[in-house]
Amino acid sequence: MAQLVCQNLSLGYEGKTVISELSFEVNSGDYLCIVGENGSGKSTLMKTILRLKKPTLGQVLTGDGLSPDEIGYLPQQTAVQKDFPASVREVVLSGCLNRCGLRPFYNKSEKQLAEHNMEKFGITTLAHRCYRELSGGQQQRVLLARALCATRKILLLDEPASGLDPAVSGEMYELISGLNNEGLTVIMISHDITAAIKYASHILHLGGGSAMFFGEKSEYCKELK
Amino acid sequence: MSVIEKLIEYFQFPMVRYAMIVGVLIALCSSLLGVTLVLKRFSFIGTGLSNVAFGAVAIAAAFKMNNTFLLSLPVTILCAVLLLRTGQNTKIKGDSAIAMISVGALAMGYLIMNLFPSSANLSGDVCSTLFGSVSILTLTTEEVWVSAALSVIVAAVFLLFYHKIFAVTFDEEFSAATGVRAKTYNLILAVVIAVIIVLAMNLVGALLISALVIFPAMSAMRVFKSFKSVTICAVAVSVTCAALGIIISIIAETPVGATIVAADIAGFAIFSCIGFILRKV
Repeated sequence: MAQLVCQNLSLGYEGKTVISELSFEVNSGDYLCIVGENGSGKSTLMKTILRLKKPTLGQVLTGDGLSPDEIGYLPQQTAVQKDFPASVREVVLSGCLNRCGLRPFYNKSEKQLAEHNMEKFGITTLAHRCYRELSGGQQQRVLLARALCATRKILLLDEPASGLDPAVSGEMYELISGLNNEGLTVIMISHDITAAIKYASHILHLGGGSAMFFGEKSEYCKELK
Repeated sequence: MSVIEKLIEYFQFPMVRYAMIVGVLIALCSSLLGVTLVLKRFSFIGTGLSNVAFGAVAIAAAFKMNNTFLLSLPVTILCAVLLLRTGQNTKIKGDSAIAMISVGALAMGYLIMNLFPSSANLSGDVCSTLFGSVSILTLTTEEVWVSAALSVIVAAVFLLFYHKIFAVTFDEEFSAATGVRAKTYNLILAVVIAVIIVLAMNLVGALLISALVIFPAMSAMRVFKSFKSVTICAVAVSVTCAALGIIISIIAETPVGATIVAADIAGFAIFSCIGFILRKV
């Protein structure tokens, strides 16, 4: 069975339907890019996949033994975080929380995992710096390291390159692509169709209240022409 | 008679010693959660809940209950849960809900106190419930023990859930998405906040509680930059200001609650200056 299956999903808020009759599958190791206009329901779809919102119809199924505490998520930044006093290490470590259960403190292997992920994204030297004082690119690396602490299988990203300059967002896409090559399933929302075509294996194009396209990248490119 | 001799003389009285112990413990607890409340944009919830607690105390007094904790604690916890829940949906709704509950409870409390006066000195009663004027010095031994026990429980809960509180404060959505029980921890947070409010009413009274919660956190945030250091600093500031405030109020014969809050304001001014200088250097 596929890792994630969406069956006949209808999504909406405040009684307004945004997406209806949406079905697609994501297999282990896929790199799915969700593209579409503003308001086409990309973020709503992602929140539904994460079970933060209930679909009005249809269901989201997980397979391959994927449970909620194995999902990594990189959300868009919230207003609260702009003046939050938190060190980089504290933020990254908080990604390990879903491994703790009722245990009140982090154990050694969780701390090592956080160190390892900080090293992976080159932010070890920033460990004791304040999160809110970092540049946009550095902040995204911190959140990516946190997301990686939370997951073993699948990573969901909501506009990871928004607000970054082209060079930095290129680096960000390379990092994500590297994670996908290591075997992690990636689902990413993006405005950037060029990047989507460059890195993704599958494309889901939302628009007009349903899926305008879902399939492999090569077919999507043919349709674009 | 020197100031120190005067202090030593006052500390001979068990009531003064109790006031000091309870005051410091309450200051410690209220500052612990201040950081979270400020960051979650819930600074006003302290005011709202304290007015609810005031209303509950008024009802308890009207029914001639000996221990007002028994009524004010559950009522305040219930309101905290309701308020934090509405606050999650939309911001405006949460704001007006707090305003409505807070002035509503205040008005009802005063009304009930007038209809069923528990003593001849009504305005004195109201004043001490609102500003905590002398109540900290008139606590019964039983109340001292209850306050101390609740303070210890609050501190222990905070310590045990420290990392969880950090995670749901910093990014609730991420926590919920990755399988952390964010809703449960928010509920625990609400209950703990309510307990602190009811406790702090004894020290500074219903109207000044927000100061006890917000000032230490804001002071610490001027200077420190990680969650841990901010929390530790807020506790230190709060405990120092409470102890100083109680001592000054004894020497200068000023109202306890207002003096503690004045000390907190002074602390905030000092930390603001330090933060300003640090940024310039």
